[in-house]
Amino acid sequence: MSEGSGNVDVVARIGKEVAAQHADSVDREARFPSETVEALKKAKMMSALVPKELGGHGCGMIELAAMCEALGQHCSSSAMVFAMHHIQVASILRHAMKQTYYQKYVEELVEKQPLIASATSEVGIGGEMRTSKCAVMVDGNGRFKLDKDCSTISYGAHADDILFQARRTPESPANDQIFVLVRKPECTLTQKGAWDTLGMRGTCSPPFMLESQGVVDQIFEVPFADVASETQVPFSHVLWSNVWLGIATAAVARARAFVRQQARAKPGTTPPTALRLAEASSMLQTMRTNVHDVASECERLMHDEKEGTAALSSIGFALKMNNLKVSSSQMVVQIVNHALLICGIMGYKNDSKVAVGRHLRDAHSAALMVGNDRIYATNASMLLVLKDD
Amino acid sequence: MNDQIRAILKEHGRLAVDVASLKDDSDLYEAGMTSHASVNVMLALEGTFDVEFPDRMLRRGVFESVSAIAAALTELTGGSAP
Repeated sequence: MSEGSGNVDVVARIGKEVAAQHADSVDREARFPSETVEALKKAKMMSALVPKELGGHGCGMIELAAMCEALGQHCSSSAMVFAMHHIQVASILRHAMKQTYYQKYVEELVEKQPLIASATSEVGIGGEMRTSKCAVMVDGNGRFKLDKDCSTISYGAHADDILFQARRTPESPANDQIFVLVRKPECTLTQKGAWDTLGMRGTCSPPFMLESQGVVDQIFEVPFADVASETQVPFSHVLWSNVWLGIATAAVARARAFVRQQARAKPGTTPPTALRLAEASSMLQTMRTNVHDVASECERLMHDEKEGTAALSSIGFALKMNNLKVSSSQMVVQIVNHALLICGIMGYKNDSKVAVGRHLRDAHSAALMVGNDRIYATNASMLLVLKDD
Repeated sequence: MNDQIRAILKEHGRLAVDVASLKDDSDLYEAGMTSHASVNVMLALEGTFDVEFPDRMLRRGVFESVSAIAAALTELTGGSAP
């Protein structure tokens, strides 16, 4: 393996030694997985994507995806927090490094390991990333004010900085958006509701009123539309899918342990649950192949300086990314459900070694974060013009 | 050709401003055209000009202004658009 795989090992170890230990309490108490995030910060993993010459680990998307999967096997919330942070870092690195403000920010990222949240969704708009109500108000002194009524901000209360989109000016149409990083000391977050959910409880994603200000240098010079299609969407769908792959892998591991135990009790007969395990194993392989295949293509295009940008902003690529998201979000539920059927009552009991209740509850979030029906509707529209030539 | 493009944008672009107020190189997305609306614009352009945009052309930049659309259509029709 490449030199970088050592980084994946470090994160896998944090998953096993830290995230796994706290996963049940994080889930039960719906609390932020602070132990895991602290361990990741200590290992300088918040700047994993930052190139080595700038002080980071120089990881690519594939390594980062492997990290998300490794964490996802132990604590889905920790993995999702880690994934979401890196979607923001990737956006800065690809789109803002010509700006002095962000060159300095990346130095700070390497040194202080801040956790970046995103405030994507907005009340009255929902998860439609390419539409905003809120707008930047720039004054004459190079400063701005920006308030956003957010229907959810994942780990908003625990993040050090927040990156989000807004309309360019109060007169701009809803899709003429900029992207801006606001710093915690310069914003006020007022929590407007609770986060008591079926799963992904440790992401702590309640609604917030976000009131912020800053200097105009914090606004990305490139339009949010480019950031969205070239980085936010591909990174989100690939990293999320890897988190889900981690959940599915962990559930199947529990089912395997259960079947092996049954087999040992009665050597010479294959337990009936083994058949279903064979089915789950095949589904897991399909999911893994799909996730890895799209991640490889993404990484290749992101490094292709000649054709990459055009390809990333094409309808064909958007369709492929959306297909990855809907298929992996559906497969994770099917696979974990299979694991539950295999483990039976022992999988259903929360205090059992092969419990998969948490995995199943977490897995159900996948179809909802950017609703699959909305994605299918977008794909349906794109298919009207796409020729697959 | 530009007049026909503008007529299609007026009908399908769902722009936040009057298309007549835009210059040929004005950014249509900044004028409020959404991705969904841009698909309808593509369909109408294909119907009106009797062309098919190959997949390599189905990206944001190709439909970002009246002149960008005109350039794409000229490429497809070899300059012999109605």
